[in-house]
Amino acid sequence: MADVPKPKELVKIRHSPPFLTGWMNTPTEIKQGIACYAGKPKNLEYVGLPNPREWSPFDADWKLPPNWKKIILDGLRERLEKFRSLKIFMDICVRCGACADKCHFFIGGGDPKNMPVLRAELLRSVYRKEYTTAGKIMGAFAGARELTEDVLKEWWSYFFQCTECRRCSVFCPYGIDTAEITIIGRELLNLIGLNTDWISAPVANCYRTGNHLGIQPHAYKDMIDFFLDDIEDITGIRLEPSFNRKGAEILFITPSGDVFADPGTYTCMGYLMLFHYLESMGLDITWSTYASEGGNFGYFTSHEMAKRLNAKMYAEAKRLGVRWILGGECGHMWRVVNQYMDTFNGPADFLEEPVSPITGTKFENAKSTKMVHIIEFTADLIKNNKLKLDPSRNDNLKITFHDSCNPARGMGLLDEPRYVIQNTCKYFYEMPENTIREQTFCCGSGAGLNAGEDMELRMRGGMPRANAVKYVHEKYDVNMLATICAIDRAVLPDLMKYWVPEVDVTGVHELVANALILEGEKKRTTDLRGEPLPGMEDMDEEEGAEQTEGAEA
Amino acid sequence: MNFILGILFSIVVVSILVFIPWIGVWAWDLRFVFGVIVPYAAIAIFIMGILYRVIGWARSPVPFRIPTTAGQQKSLAWIKPNRIDNPSNAFGVIIRMAFEVLLFRSLFRNTSLEFRQGNRITYEWEKWLWVAALAFHYSFLVVVLRHLRFFTEPIPAFVHWIENLDGFLEMGIAPFSGFSLPGILISGFVLLAALTYLFLRRLYISQTRYISLPADYFPLFLIIGIATTGVLMRYMGAFMQFIFGADWFSVPVVNVKELAMGLVTFHPVIPEDIGTIFYIHLFLVSILLAYFPFSKLMHMGGIFLSPTRNLSNNNRMVRHVNPWDYPVKTHTYEEYEDEFREKMVEAGLPVEKISEESAEDKTGSSEEAEKE
Ligand code: HEM
Ligand code: SF4
Ligand code: SF4
Repeated sequence: MADVPKPKELVKIRHSPPFLTGWMNTPTEIKQGIACYAGKPKNLEYVGLPNPREWSPFDADWKLPPNWKKIILDGLRERLEKFRSLKIFMDICVRCGACADKCHFFIGGGDPKNMPVLRAELLRSVYRKEYTTAGKIMGAFAGARELTEDVLKEWWSYFFQCTECRRCSVFCPYGIDTAEITIIGRELLNLIGLNTDWISAPVANCYRTGNHLGIQPHAYKDMIDFFLDDIEDITGIRLEPSFNRKGAEILFITPSGDVFADPGTYTCMGYLMLFHYLESMGLDITWSTYASEGGNFGYFTSHEMAKRLNAKMYAEAKRLGVRWILGGECGHMWRVVNQYMDTFNGPADFLEEPVSPITGTKFENAKSTKMVHIIEFTADLIKNNKLKLDPSRNDNLKITFHDSCNPARGMGLLDEPRYVIQNTCKYFYEMPENTIREQTFCCGSGAGLNAGEDMELRMRGGMPRANAVKYVHEKYDVNMLATICAIDRAVLPDLMKYWVPEVDVTGVHELVANALILEGEKKRTTDLRGEPLPGMEDMDEEEGAEQTEGAEA
Repeated sequence: MNFILGILFSIVVVSILVFIPWIGVWAWDLRFVFGVIVPYAAIAIFIMGILYRVIGWARSPVPFRIPTTAGQQKSLAWIKPNRIDNPSNAFGVIIRMAFEVLLFRSLFRNTSLEFRQGNRITYEWEKWLWVAALAFHYSFLVVVLRHLRFFTEPIPAFVHWIENLDGFLEMGIAPFSGFSLPGILISGFVLLAALTYLFLRRLYISQTRYISLPADYFPLFLIIGIATTGVLMRYMGAFMQFIFGADWFSVPVVNVKELAMGLVTFHPVIPEDIGTIFYIHLFLVSILLAYFPFSKLMHMGGIFLSPTRNLSNNNRMVRHVNPWDYPVKTHTYEEYEDEFREKMVEAGLPVEKISEESAEDKTGSSEEAEKE
């Protein structure tokens, strides 16, 4: 891991680009701490991605195929014909600059090529050269430039410094979505084997074992068994979840990060406890080891790869014969489920329109995909008074909520999580309005950038988010950042440690489970993390719900 | 390329464009060329060009439904959805688009970053771009509509209304003897002021300075050129007459109307007595028309087709079909179980096929492999 400068150093940022040197004449440097490592050949081979080889972005020679330029330009032409979005976004930007200071990477880093408009211009300039008459004739005067190896490297550098968060798109008067341009840019780069290790390894893993972390079925079950032990310690109750069970009514799919690393693990325990609570009320749910990943790093590779990985959800639902699918707390998983899944792999005519077995509520909004977000599901339970809750167990927490980019700007899941939090916790404070809901700031590590080697980039990109957390920490003494995304749970702890060490991170279903009063449970003295509940600080140290240490996810 | 070059280049181009009709009409008397041929050609390019571009866009499908959701989704009955910023049906989309097109709603969200060293970031009020953008577009629209009085006979009532509205500062009286000012129409001045601001902000905001291309300065200068020649024709004549006793600028409106009506009725005529400045004005407009389809000005069409704004967020309710969808290779459950069967059986996970060694029947589940 590259050394990350201290926060005091990192905040010395200038947001004014060079005065006289135009951006086309500003060379791109591939920097340690900013760039990710290259994908390993074995992972590309496993899923059949092109040009597998050992290479490093820090070397001069990227070992490109000899006809790389033709592949890229043909690929671009093909995509212009396939995506109206791309074509329009290439043509209509007026460079008004409204998006420029909206990107967290520009705010936290000051690199002008991280302004969304310029990120898009990197591709647009080549588009002009190849596909517009003015660009062909007037060159740089028409904002056009030749696709060279340096330009290619620049693409790679900046398309992997975008978390596809869509914040820029909210502010653009034409809705130009630089995330969409990044997605297609990455798709082009992948045609010649330019990728990152932290994306291609999870993709290969997910393809093979069903989840990004490469957890094999028996190990997956073992991990859940650990949680059951912990839950038993805390509540005195032994839960009995089922796996790969045919004939269940509902299939549950969540990101595997929650099974593997703190603090996602506590959220996972939260799901287990909620399901147990509802079992006696008629919930019939199964987990799957084959579709054991909600997240989709394929989406950070290409649309095709996204579709290939996403296919498992419906395939498993069909095999098990369930009626509908319930999805856990995850960000880009929900972007894919909400905006792509039905198109990719539907129609899901073998499933039924989702109905909550507990409340009878029909989830009309999911009647075609047949997949419901667990926050929608739980909000409905609470609204119908189906959960016995003791919010005072969360009284030691002063909570703020981080809207994850994808559920916010690719879905609009804004009020449901707030409703659940406010019913399970007493102290809830919003961050400033420019930093939440549809204007929320990215964690800085999404879209496959949550590696270790690009830590400086992540701390920079997360600065605006952390800054808003710091604000509510100082103003209201907030000590817990709640979120409904597994990547957030994996990366925000690092970000908080760096910028606002007093604040910890939690999933929303951890809060639910802490407050949830299970039938026949013993008097709880600790929360799911094994820390004393409010008012129980002097009780005997329980034998500890120490969590299994997971690798950094 | 940097901003100085970009600006110089655009200024030079616009200057050349001013000189062409100047020389052409004043020195060579090519009135028919600049009064008839060029405008016809420009209109033809404008119409064909726009059609070509819009059809070009429309030919590419919209494979996925990817609206940018900027508000609460429609989900549970008791949660209030934001029907405009996160529309779930066509009605919502129409309202959203109307707000975008008529009021530049997204631009209204604009804030500006204030970055204070020491880790304090704030987002300040910044609506000037929005104000100037609206001022520019609406005054441009008013100016265009006002020009209809040249092209129509009788003049439709709404053109008069616009003119009256526009001229509510009318100063019909002569301020002092011998000098009478024509009615002041504010749109022209608002247009010039807004254009000036839009140009200056490109310069003084370091970020827009860095991203601006000649293609951004050029239309601003071109429209400034059009507006300036227009304003000169309308108001300067009076000044000239007053100061020098000769009027090089004002143009007899009747004659201009004759020319304009000739163009729209396809019986082109070149009336006498129209000064060179009019031909410069007309030529710049022709250039704007011909340039329009091949430039960023096509945002006028693009905004209607932008998939992040003109689709409803009803993906989970109504299936969206991708016309070029194709089958992909997936890792089937069968392949997965084949690889992990032993471990699954050992861990007590149900399997489809019982391997030869563990003949022990689990639940006798039928073999029903998935075919993708
Ligand atoms: C449906 C019609 C239109 C809509 C919704 C629209 C919207 C916008 C918006 C939101 C901007 C960005 C803000 C700004 O920079 O001013 C803009 C910029 C611009 N528009 Fe339009 N526009 C339309 C038609 C036109 C037309 C017909 C022209 C023709 C001359 C035009 C010329 C421009 C120019 C030159 C700019 C760039 C201003 C700058 O450099 O900052 N627009 N438009
Ligand atoms: S806000 Fe939109 S139009 Fe303006 S510079 Fe950014 S992408 Fe271009
Ligand atoms: S999508 Fe997010 S990360 Fe990418 S350019 Fe836009 S604001 Fe920046």
